[in-house]
Amino acid sequence: MDDFIAARSQMALSLGFHIIFSCIGMIMPFFMAVSHFKWLKTGNIVYRNVTRAWSRGVAIFFATGAVSGTVLSFELGLLWPEFMKHAGPIFGMPFSLEGTAFFIEAIALGFYLYGWNKFNKWFHWFTGVIVGVSGLASGILVVAANAWMNSPAGFDYVNGQYLNIDPIAAMFNDAWFSQALHMILAALTATGFAVAGVHALMILKRKHIQFHTKAFRIAAVFACAGAILQPLSGDISAKDVAKRQPVKLAAMEAHFKTEEKAALILGGIPDEKNDTVHYALKIPGALSFLAHGNFKTSVTGLDAFPKDVHPPVAITHYAFQVMVGLGMLMLLIAVFYFFTLWRKRSWLEKRWLLKLFTIAIPVGFIAVEAGWTVTEVGRQPWIIYGIMRTRDAVTPMPGIVYSFYIFTAVYVSLSVIVMLLLYRQVKMVGKLYDVA
Amino acid sequence: MLYVVMAYLWASILLYVLMGGADFGAGILEFLSTRKSKDQTRRVMYRAIGPIWEANHMWLIIAIVILFVGFPVIYATVSVYLHIPLTIMLLGIVARGTAFSFRNYDAVKDKMQVVYSKTFMYSSVITPLFLGIIAGSAVSGKIDPQATHFLDAYIFSWLGFFPVSVGIFTATICGFLAAVFIIGETKTETERQRFIQKARHMSLAAIAAAVLVLAAAHADNIPLAHWLFGNPVSIACVVLAAVSLIWMWVSLFRGSTRWLRIIAGAQITLLLVAITYEHYPVLINLKDTEGLSLLIHKGSDKTIHALAVALLAGSIFILPALFYLLYSFNRQEEPVAD
Repeated sequence: MDDFIAARSQMALSLGFHIIFSCIGMIMPFFMAVSHFKWLKTGNIVYRNVTRAWSRGVAIFFATGAVSGTVLSFELGLLWPEFMKHAGPIFGMPFSLEGTAFFIEAIALGFYLYGWNKFNKWFHWFTGVIVGVSGLASGILVVAANAWMNSPAGFDYVNGQYLNIDPIAAMFNDAWFSQALHMILAALTATGFAVAGVHALMILKRKHIQFHTKAFRIAAVFACAGAILQPLSGDISAKDVAKRQPVKLAAMEAHFKTEEKAALILGGIPDEKNDTVHYALKIPGALSFLAHGNFKTSVTGLDAFPKDVHPPVAITHYAFQVMVGLGMLMLLIAVFYFFTLWRKRSWLEKRWLLKLFTIAIPVGFIAVEAGWTVTEVGRQPWIIYGIMRTRDAVTPMPGIVYSFYIFTAVYVSLSVIVMLLLYRQVKMVGKLYDVA
Repeated sequence: MLYVVMAYLWASILLYVLMGGADFGAGILEFLSTRKSKDQTRRVMYRAIGPIWEANHMWLIIAIVILFVGFPVIYATVSVYLHIPLTIMLLGIVARGTAFSFRNYDAVKDKMQVVYSKTFMYSSVITPLFLGIIAGSAVSGKIDPQATHFLDAYIFSWLGFFPVSVGIFTATICGFLAAVFIIGETKTETERQRFIQKARHMSLAAIAAAVLVLAAAHADNIPLAHWLFGNPVSIACVVLAAVSLIWMWVSLFRGSTRWLRIIAGAQITLLLVAITYEHYPVLINLKDTEGLSLLIHKGSDKTIHALAVALLAGSIFILPALFYLLYSFNRQEEPVAD
């Protein structure tokens, strides 16, 4: 493995790891706050127990997300010093605000976790809400910084110089809104399905049914609302990418030739040598419609760009298909669940409904990872789209491959331990939480 | 506005040394405790730092963000030439942060506790050691952008007598700060006496390490004496720190601990003032060329302005909340995490 590939792999690994923890750390506090609210309003002790159990989950995920986030803030320089030298002052604004949001989150979490029975109960509840709100703000800000890499703004690039830097304009680049919206909904959906699924599994095992049912209902509603809204946000994103990064869209769709009435390609194996896709299902005109809102409009294909600015087509296309496919699956479950709530409440007790949610435990997070792959791999070979190539940004230090191995070992072991901790938390529900 | 940003950078480094340092030190004390007293040390320590645990480490994030937004060339240079110690420090931060939380939140208390505790203790020593090494390398002038050989560029930039001595000094300082901080949090007289004793030991260790740093500076031809005694402000700081050391020793032996935290905090602050005053505006010394100055290697004016506004605005939210957090849990009995 050469150092450049090692650096990219280490970055991908670190982000791929961090994204799971930050999604959960961003969304779980809201579940926790809803349950806490219900406890304060109804006085039903089960809600308090659910809140306490979830707050420990938040603590575990926050701690892991905080350190993996710290690692990332250094890795930007350790792996991509040339990028940071130029980009730091331009796209750094959201990071400096994110520092504040993150700090507030840590303080609020201190109040919340250690504040039971110590403060006014509504103040205590409010600190939990602040954990969620500041986490959400952090998420939006970090994604805004990433959006800048896709849609550079706030400077003039003249003869290799970055002039007239305007960090505010850089933060509010063209992609920030669509990307942030998509990410927040993804976090909501993925976390919701994972949490709901775990509780569904426990109901199926007939353990602490009341406790797990209350927890399941809260998480499931959030998950399903997110799953229904997400395709709309996806549509905004796709139209946006079609306009800003046509080459990325072409790679996502494995769309090789520029044409009118462009077909939407489902599945298939992209063949980058011969510029074609094998064994795919094609829906004529559908891509034109999805990208531009009209069945006839021409969609720019990969042939409009020189080969040396093509992203890896196969990876981008597969990742995109996985993301959309799983998104559709979650949408179906969501529609079905709302129908159940609306018309067929008797189905709520059915085992097959719970099984459906159990199967969906990892689905949201697989979609998140796939989506992240689409946006990052689809931007290649650029680190700043159209301005700086990733290869030119990498550190001159040799031997990055060893660093990659070490971080891989660390993150794999951490994942295993976190799984063990969660398993134990769930196993110990009876002893720790489900008590009157 | 540039001065606002520089002040924040300086303050966040100081606060990280003080609060993060006390936090690292808690792990060092646990590491140095005898087997019998480890549990007790751990309990008192947890009670003292639990609620502010996460917040203590945010100062590092603030400092690093200021550096990469405001002074990108400095950030990039350090990232390249100190890649290895930075990576080790990061691994330490990851191991420590997760081990501390996992130890507390593992629902089953079994053999894994030993794993968490060991990880926590070792990383509590390694992380400040490497933080010190990084700080020592930054001022030592061993970073060589002209180096062509791997060892010169990426190893000898930080692996030397002086940086390692600074690392050891930093670790002892952390242990000392932790002992002093925890004295004020103890609930019984036995606990109090134990931590007073630890504070004595750690202050002796810190003085020994300081001597080591001086020796290393001499051996490595680093003008440390000039930094400390080259100008009136630095001299004043060093003298004040020395005087307060005597005051502190008297207090420690008399067992009167009222002013202890303030003295300890002041000593570290004075030390940082003494060193940074002489170096200002240079943050990183380089081999054979001009050091990297904060006044020269800064981001565009608009960036610095926006950064200053963001920091000032952020403080309005952060500082009152942080003070209230410290205040609430100081005044309360036994904070127990839920």
